[in-house]
Amino acid sequence: MKAITRQKAPVEIEELLRGVSSVFLVGCGTCATMCRTGGREEVAEMAARLAASGKRVTGTAVVPTVCDALDREALAANARAMEQADGVLVMSCAFGVQMLALYTAKAVYPALDTLFMGQEMSPGAFTEVCVQCGECVLGWTGGICPITACPKGLLNGPCGGARKGKCEVSADRDCAWEVIYRRLGQQGRLGLLKKRRAPRDFSASPRPGTYLVE
Amino acid sequence: MNLREKLAAGRFVVTCEVGPPKGVDISEMKRSAERVRGRVDAANVTDQQGSVMRLSSLAGCCLLKEWGLEPVLQMTCRDRNRIALQSDLLGAAALGMENVLCLTGDYVTLGDHPQAKPVFDLDSVSLIEAARRLEEGHDLAGKDLKGAPRFFVGACVTPEADFLEPQILKMEKKVEAGARFFQTQAVYDVRKFADFMSTVQYLKVPVLAGVVVLRSAAMARYMNEKIAGIHIPDAVIAEMDRAADKAAKGVEIAARTIADIKGLCQGVHIMTIGQEKRTSDIIDAAGL
Repeated sequence: MKAITRQKAPVEIEELLRGVSSVFLVGCGTCATMCRTGGREEVAEMAARLAASGKRVTGTAVVPTVCDALDREALAANARAMEQADGVLVMSCAFGVQMLALYTAKAVYPALDTLFMGQEMSPGAFTEVCVQCGECVLGWTGGICPITACPKGLLNGPCGGARKGKCEVSADRDCAWEVIYRRLGQQGRLGLLKKRRAPRDFSASPRPGTYLVE
Repeated sequence: MNLREKLAAGRFVVTCEVGPPKGVDISEMKRSAERVRGRVDAANVTDQQGSVMRLSSLAGCCLLKEWGLEPVLQMTCRDRNRIALQSDLLGAAALGMENVLCLTGDYVTLGDHPQAKPVFDLDSVSLIEAARRLEEGHDLAGKDLKGAPRFFVGACVTPEADFLEPQILKMEKKVEAGARFFQTQAVYDVRKFADFMSTVQYLKVPVLAGVVVLRSAAMARYMNEKIAGIHIPDAVIAEMDRAADKAAKGVEIAARTIADIKGLCQGVHIMTIGQEKRTSDIIDAAGL
């Protein structure tokens, strides 16, 4: 599972960095590299774009995994360049941005928007697979998550909106409930769908989530 | 007799839809309501139909009552969580509303506030269950109520869905949860509808077949593309295309559908989607 990201529009990054004259750039060798939003190439492009707009780029670093606390060592090697900058532009998921904010007293700025936790279904095509609801239902839904794959997160079967197997929200997307129904039918487990399911317990996944391993 | 009593007595009932305005000018809504007063057994007030923000269905139902019609309060799960939905159910009961149609609701991005947060805390099945629990004197958290409401709970089903089995499975759950009548999505294919009715006979619940009046072939194509749960056959669209007087043809098709399905179900639910003045024409043409 990867954090799927999209680069913010240049105009938004420009607005974020208004009044910031020097910037250190951090990219990520894991998810953002795979999404082509914050790998070596994108970091180099961003550095060139910022330089062209009159910013001083004090340095760049593409660390293996920005969200990993161990990568502090990789950042330590760039301490001086980072120290010279007014702010740090982070080309990783929001997790990485927050790790950087803990690591440095400098202002940090996200260059990316974090979209979802996803899986690469075909090269370059990512699909959200889990919304981390805290009450996994996959055991009775044929391994297909209706909370994620159905935009309405329905638990008791399809709405009436599907057309030719596609979702009312987007004709590119299969109706999750029709897929679940067929899968359970093939497995001879349709009886599972006869049970009325209670609404989700949102207190099972309080925000912000915290967890202590015992 | 109210809707519940008429259906219990085996009377063939006619319901229709009244769309509340986007704004507070209720004059047109009032004219539409007055045109069908005495001609229909009850009128549904839609709940932000198509996810387009309008005057609330609860307020609309109060107005209908004031104007002498029996309202059916449509409630969707799209915009309110379980606290707000239960609260509105209690409010509706206190204002004298008994008929409630429990729906999932169209998705937010289909409407005019696509940026809004989609709620869907409950779904249609759990909303029906919430209404039943309130009738039993408790809320969804199990807490006692000071005075329990009484509802006549309805639900929706799509008889012409191209994959019907999961629809019927959900219909069964709705009946188990407490649905006492159904108003269906639009019916055009009489044979398909007859099959549907014989399949769901075991549920022993009154079904009011949905009839949607068409205005033009273009509108039919648009509805097929844009309105969830509507499947208008090509043959019907072609018939609209050929007609010289489209409005009359739309009424004729609706009346013909009603005549064809009358013997199969317990009532009809006429949906005119923005052309409420046609409701009475259809009732006349169908000889109801």
